[in-house]
Formats: sequence, C-alpha cells, structure tokens
Amino acid sequence: MALASMSIGRTTGLGVSTLQIAQRALLRYLRTPQLIILGTVQNALFLLCFRYVFGGAISLPGISYVDFLLPGFITTSVLFSGIGAATVVAEDLEQGFVDRLRSLPIPRLSFLAGRALADTAWNAWGLLVATGVGFAVGFRIHSSLLDALAALGLCVAFGFAFEWFFILLGLMAGTPQAAQGMALIVFPFTFLSSAYVPVATMPGWLQAFAAHQPITYMVDVVRALTQGAPAEALLGHSTGYWVSGALLWTLGIVAVFAPLAVLKYRRS
Amino acid sequence: MALMIEATGLTKRFGKTRALDGLDLTAETGRVVALLGPNGAGKTTFVRAVATLVRLDGGVLRVGGYDVRRDAAAVRRIIALAGQFAAVEPAMTGRENLEMVARLSGRDRTSARSSASSVLDRFGLAEVADQLVRTYSGGMRRKLDLGASLVGAPRLLLLDEPTTGLDPRSRIELWDAIRELVGQGTDVLLTTQYLDEADNLASDVVIIDHGRVVAAGTPSELKQRVGGKIIEIHARREVDVARIAQALQHLDHGEVHLDPATRRVSVSVEDSGSELMHTLKAVEGIELEDVSLRQPRLDEVFLALTGHPTSDRVLERAVS
Repeated sequence: MALASMSIGRTTGLGVSTLQIAQRALLRYLRTPQLIILGTVQNALFLLCFRYVFGGAISLPGISYVDFLLPGFITTSVLFSGIGAATVVAEDLEQGFVDRLRSLPIPRLSFLAGRALADTAWNAWGLLVATGVGFAVGFRIHSSLLDALAALGLCVAFGFAFEWFFILLGLMAGTPQAAQGMALIVFPFTFLSSAYVPVATMPGWLQAFAAHQPITYMVDVVRALTQGAPAEALLGHSTGYWVSGALLWTLGIVAVFAPLAVLKYRRS
Repeated sequence: MALMIEATGLTKRFGKTRALDGLDLTAETGRVVALLGPNGAGKTTFVRAVATLVRLDGGVLRVGGYDVRRDAAAVRRIIALAGQFAAVEPAMTGRENLEMVARLSGRDRTSARSSASSVLDRFGLAEVADQLVRTYSGGMRRKLDLGASLVGAPRLLLLDEPTTGLDPRSRIELWDAIRELVGQGTDVLLTTQYLDEADNLASDVVIIDHGRVVAAGTPSELKQRVGGKIIEIHARREVDVARIAQALQHLDHGEVHLDPATRRVSVSVEDSGSELMHTLKAVEGIELEDVSLRQPRLDEVFLALTGHPTSDRVLERAVS
C-alpha cells in the first residue's frame, strides 16, 4: 500500500541549535560551584608549588622564574580544562542527551559546535583566572599590552584546537571515568615540554621531543609575547619563530582532530 | 488505515549478536503499541531504529511514511524520544530544560516558552518549574523527560522503558501522564519489561524475543492464545507449598508452577468451574490464604509463547 507521508515541521537552524547546546553546557559549568572552586583552588595550589617549592631551585639568566613559569602555567591550563571537556562529552553520550539531540530535527553538527563554543568560552574564563592568580604571585608583563592580549588570544585558540582532541576522547571513551582517565594523558606531556623548565636542561634525547612538541611552541610564544627580549634570548628564537610554530601546530591539531571527532560522532 | 510504523525484515548486528533478526512489525496510527520482551530481546534497538539512531543492516523501516534511512530528517520531525535515562540537565531548571528542547525542536522563543509552561502544568510540575532539576526526585525527572519529548508536539512518542527504576507511586503517575497524552491523540511506541505496564497502557502488544516478533495482538487476544484460565493457590505456610503442588500435579491439569518465596502455586486449567471444585478438594485440610480463578497474566502468556520466562525481575513484579 502506498502511504501518504505525514506533514512535518521544519528543521531548526545551526545557529539556534548550537547556541542552545552551548548555553546548556555553560550553565552546567556555572551552576556547579564545587567545580569552579575546586578547579581554581587546585590550579592555585599547583602554581604555588612550582612558584615557591621548585622556583627557589631554578634560576634563569635574564628572567625571573615566576615570569618564566606563568606563561607555562597559563597556557597549559587549557589542557587541564580539556580533561573536564572530555568527561562531559562522555557523560552526554552515556546519559542519553546525545540520543535526544539526534532524534531532534537539528543539524547533526550542532552538538559538537555547541560544545566547542561553550568549552572555548569556559577556557577563556579559566585563562583569565589563571592570569589573575599569576599576577597575585608576582608575574608581570614586560612587553606591550597588545602583545600580552595577543598571547591571551593565542591561548584561547590553543584551547579551541585541543578541544577537538578532547571531544574525540570523550566520544571514544565509553564512560566518563574512562574519558577522564584517557584525558589525563596530557598531564605528563605538559612536563615533557618547556612549560615548567627550559628544554635546554633536559637530556639530549628528551630535548629532541620536548623542543618540537606543540605545548612547547604554545608556551614559548606566550613567553616571548609577554616577556619580550629576555625571553627571546633565553629561548634562542625570535617571537616570530614561536608565533608561526604555534600557529602551525594549532592548525595541524584542528585539521586532524576536528574531522576525526566529526567522523566519530556521525558514526557512533 | 494509515500505518505509523512499517518494519519489514529488519536486521541489525552488534558484533556476533543479532539484536534484530528479521523483525516485521506494523503499527497503525492512533494506537499505543507496547514492545514486550526480556533484556536483550531487541526492544531498545528497534526503538532506536525508529528514532533514526541505529544504522540498520537490512530491511525497510518506514515511520509516518518516511524511510528512516533516506528521510531521517523528516522522521525526526514527527517523532520524539524519551530514553532509558532521564536525559534532562540537572544544572538547569525544569522550565529551562523544556524551553531548550522546544527551541531545538524548531519553536521560536515565544512559542517555546508557552509550550514549556503548558507541559509543566500538565505534568503537575508547575510548582517546581523554576527549581534546578538537580533537586527533583527520580519520578519528577522522568516526568520532565517525558514532558521534554512533548514540547515539540510529536506525532509519535517513543518511550524506552519509561518507568524502569521508579517507585510504584511514580509509575502510576507516569502511566496517567502517558494515558492523557494518548487521549489527546499522540501515538506511542513503548518498550517495557513489565507486563502489567503493557497491559495497562497498550492497545497492541508485540512480544519480541531474540530480535524477532514472537506474537502480536491486543492484550486479551494474547491471553486467549494461551487458552483456559489459571488457578492460583496462596498457601498460609511455606511448608505447604510443595504439598499443594503435589496435590495439583495429581489432578493432571497442566504444568504446575510454584513460587515458594510468595507461597503461591498456579496451574492452568480448561475453563470450567468443576476443575476449581476438584482442585479445592485436592488441597482440603491445608491452610490457605487465598484461592483464585483468573485470566492468565502476560508473563504466563510470554512463557507459553516462547517457552521461557521473561526474566526474574518480571516474575517478581508479576506476583507482587
């Protein structure tokens, strides 16, 4: 029997659906004060350990350790926020939110777009908090305000790039616990970079890796932009070198992980 | 008669498991269809397929006249899904949750707002509408989730085990809510492991096992297929359960089922009063709580049709 198809409504636009999903994601962060307070306290303690425990043992030519450390601390904060992002994506899958979205007449991509938007905004907030804590323990900018703002903007871009990696982890993990566990992989990678100590102090075989991995470029561009000449001298390259390296890595990460995340989301 | 769901030869494998193994099913518009079956029977996979969430390996599935594979976007505009978990956001209020889903369903801001308000009223959630869902009870969350699936005014509502894990009072409240929707003309496809739920809500019951339809019909048709009636004897003392069972065995009616935990013995008999008399005679002298002659329940139907009980959980519920 030939069937008359039912009359139907229209499909919701990408803009509206992305904003709705992003709004939910942000409210979830904002209305979980434990998360904000715990995250901030944890961050601050971590910083204080480096600043005051290790800091005394590390002296660098032409730059104070706090000015060296803070760019590393601020930049890597986007990675630590990412652990939360991966966990939340796995939660949305596990708890049926993604199923509900997929059964609604919205563009498929709005879930990922909404998450990326919300997490990037959340990252930006986290960067401001980290910077504030940094100023409180003695970090200062020794360049122009414009350069410093550019550094902050780059950090937001790094966070956006890594967001796709974390979304992919969240989509693959199966459970929120597994997602968190997998995302913790970034923790050792922050140590195998220039984030906390200069790469030159590492053994040669490790330098080969540490000097070229994305976190190093991202941290060092922030250093160069906020500290100017002394940082350039210490790091051995001009600001332009670090900017182009960091941007290349950022584009590369987006180019690899965003399509993978989209593919994974479409298939699962 | 227009068909809301038309499934022909659906197959879906997950690894080596055949979740759907040639499933055929049709559901007319204006009906409430319950898919009944044990865990792993394929109920959820089928509902997810109707919701366009499953990529089928084979077969044809049309929903509201649209092919789920070719016209998934059109199908999504007529269905709404409430899954096994209450997919509501704990960090948002009930109202915010509903408004979000309404907006995602294509409503503009004003219409989303009014639609959310009317759903909140209808489900008795108006008082807690502006509290965070985090503070809601499990039953309230399910109701809100059901409400969320309605703000888009779907033609077909898909409910995957809507009352699993709810306390008895919340279950009945949710049943009432579902009945009201049905009264207003929403078609429903629901899955359940609870036979009383299917019996209570559905106009058609489809029994599924191992990814295939075992039987389909109205609840009373299915009961008739088992034939006869059930005599159930509730013993006062547990020690007597075996004695009663033995006495009934001698009468040679049918297979005797006993459940020591609830001190009940049941046997299916031809539909005649004399058999009740004989049975009573056979257990004379044993202290009894209660004796009943009744229609078979759906779990007994399931057992008769598939040769194995639904699941322990279902039996427990059925006898309680």
